[in-house]
Amino acid sequence: MNPKPIIKDSYEMGFFKPEHSSFKTPKGLDSSTVEAISHYKNEPDWMRQFRLNALEIFQVKPMPTWGADLSAINFDEIYYYISPSDKKFRSWDEVPKDIKDTYDKIGIPQAEKKFLAGVGAQYDSESIYHNLKKQWEDKGVIFLDTGTALKKYPEIFKQYFGKVIPPNDNKFAALNSAVWSGGSFVYIPKGVHVEIPLQAYFRINAANMGQFERTLIVAEEGSYVSYIEGCTAPIYSTDSLHAAVVEIIVKKGARVRYTTIQNWSNNVYNLVTKRALVEEEGICEWIDGNLGSKITMKYPSVILNGKGARGEILSLAFAGKGQIQDAGGKATHLAPYTTSTITSKSVSVGGGQTSYRGSVKINRGAKGSKSFVRCDALILDELSRSDTYPTNLVNEEDVTLGHEAAVSKIGADQLFYLMSRGLNESQASSLVVNGFIEPIVKELPLEYAVELNRLIDLSMEGAVG
Amino acid sequence: MKSQLVIQNLYVETVDHKKILNGVSLKISKGKIHALMGPNGSGKSTLAASLMGHPGYKIVSGKIILNGADITKLSPDKKAKAGLFLGFQYPIEVNGVNFSSFLRMAVNEKQGKRVSPIAFKNQLIEKAKTLSFNYDITQRSLNENFSGGEKKKAEILQLAILKPDFAILDEPDSGLDVDALKYIAQALNSLDFPIGLLLITHYQRILHFIKPDFVHIMVGGKIVKSGTSDLAREIEETGYSKFLKNI
Repeated sequence: MNPKPIIKDSYEMGFFKPEHSSFKTPKGLDSSTVEAISHYKNEPDWMRQFRLNALEIFQVKPMPTWGADLSAINFDEIYYYISPSDKKFRSWDEVPKDIKDTYDKIGIPQAEKKFLAGVGAQYDSESIYHNLKKQWEDKGVIFLDTGTALKKYPEIFKQYFGKVIPPNDNKFAALNSAVWSGGSFVYIPKGVHVEIPLQAYFRINAANMGQFERTLIVAEEGSYVSYIEGCTAPIYSTDSLHAAVVEIIVKKGARVRYTTIQNWSNNVYNLVTKRALVEEEGICEWIDGNLGSKITMKYPSVILNGKGARGEILSLAFAGKGQIQDAGGKATHLAPYTTSTITSKSVSVGGGQTSYRGSVKINRGAKGSKSFVRCDALILDELSRSDTYPTNLVNEEDVTLGHEAAVSKIGADQLFYLMSRGLNESQASSLVVNGFIEPIVKELPLEYAVELNRLIDLSMEGAVG
Repeated sequence: MKSQLVIQNLYVETVDHKKILNGVSLKISKGKIHALMGPNGSGKSTLAASLMGHPGYKIVSGKIILNGADITKLSPDKKAKAGLFLGFQYPIEVNGVNFSSFLRMAVNEKQGKRVSPIAFKNQLIEKAKTLSFNYDITQRSLNENFSGGEKKKAEILQLAILKPDFAILDEPDSGLDVDALKYIAQALNSLDFPIGLLLITHYQRILHFIKPDFVHIMVGGKIVKSGTSDLAREIEETGYSKFLKNI
């Protein structure tokens, strides 16, 4: 809660290391790029075909006509695959020094020791480190980079990969499907509860980089897992692109919590598709915090496919100068007695723009289903804005649907009250903002909650006063 | 001039140029209690807010001198650091901001160094006890879902912890039952540091429990009469009507 001494406008993760890639495709994208990636990775033929097919879809699909303006993305100027190392490591001591330094600075190896069950670290296109503590491995939990999982567990991989989000879902899902690399593959056997979180950390280091990781989580009946991802990048004058796909399968009575703290630098386009298929009595929770990036378009989704399935989406967006956060959530109710809640909190400051974009669909037959959407926006100055685009499609009569939205400006009386006790204006604003997002922050692991509050304090310091 | 809060001929208007204070002068020495009374709309709360630097009010002319320094134009946080405190008539709710963490942050700012969390907690528990204030409430969001009495007590609790040189208390008694009133009076009477108080009140009830050294009557944005606690008794018997007639 106590703001630390602050360097104005600083993005602490903006440092970069020289690029020492072991393999890199030339700038731009065509079928030879896709072939090269697949060949370098020594993939089975079905994956090569999957990629080529996805590329065709990407090439014909138009850019989205809604949401933020993406016309400045130049697909010819992007590197689609940069591998920092030939190897993958299970010990930080073996990781090349430059790369290890980066993660030390972010604090990943330290966090792994203290409070995580497993850690994955991706650097540009490849996951360079993946480790799962032995006690979980012994219970049959699989936590690998997605490329390795394709080789080690081909059966289970083929059964689920691309099933929740097929390549033709949207243009960026197609792009990801064509050039995907890295990400996490998580498999939790029936009844296994992984009590402490798994974490993946995504770092873009090279300039003009496209990072296209692909994460697949399968939670078998009655299992539980909490997965956390964090992301940062250096500040370059040119833009980078992050277009990930995350698919989650929650089987009967299982529960998956997926937490994201996205803090990309302000030159990254962050266009991510995330969706979970939830079976009977299963629960999927998306906790999606978006602080960084130039433009983010991301709407974590739940498809409630079995009776009594539940989906909960907490979306947090913070848009400062030059940032657009177009975030929200989607819930599709396909079965009876399913419930969804979408809670969105957004803060815009210094000319930043936030949008809540969400949809709730309740199909015929999904009787007794309930959905509740709440979106609150806090606008800190006259330069900033916030918009709300909710869609509800209900084809069943016996349902409960609630929607509440509130837009507020930071109150002069609140600031006066806090300042009358000796806090300066930026401390007071930080407190109000941190208080506003507290209902979401309290759902985060403590270390992340502290980090998030600190990031907000940093952002406010540059923006207010 | 040292150890005094001096208000010199203060003229204040709202941001849309409505004149509210028309030349208020007052001198409060440390250790003294001044009661400011007056009918509704006489400008008492405006005086409190503008002394603390509320952005909704503009000081057109006049000065505020605190311990010999001119603080007229300072921002509220700087005034607080200089030793001024405002107890709000309607304390503001700040969602999601923990009362105790906020207060500790304020203490850190005031002292310019970090206080030990344990020492702070012990102090908070002790002060809360004096006020018959449930310590659990200090772990909740600032003023959020506090009852009327809890809000008022929480203001005095903040005062007791922040130890200002001078405090303006804007109707600390309004909306309280007699027990809550007694606790507040008792807490103010038992403060363990010297303080000058400007106690704004519409009713004289609280003055049965806190004996003011001076009483001032404000009408129409001006102090029309000053005296000792006898003046409060006079108001109790005859009301404000005769002062209203005089202007």
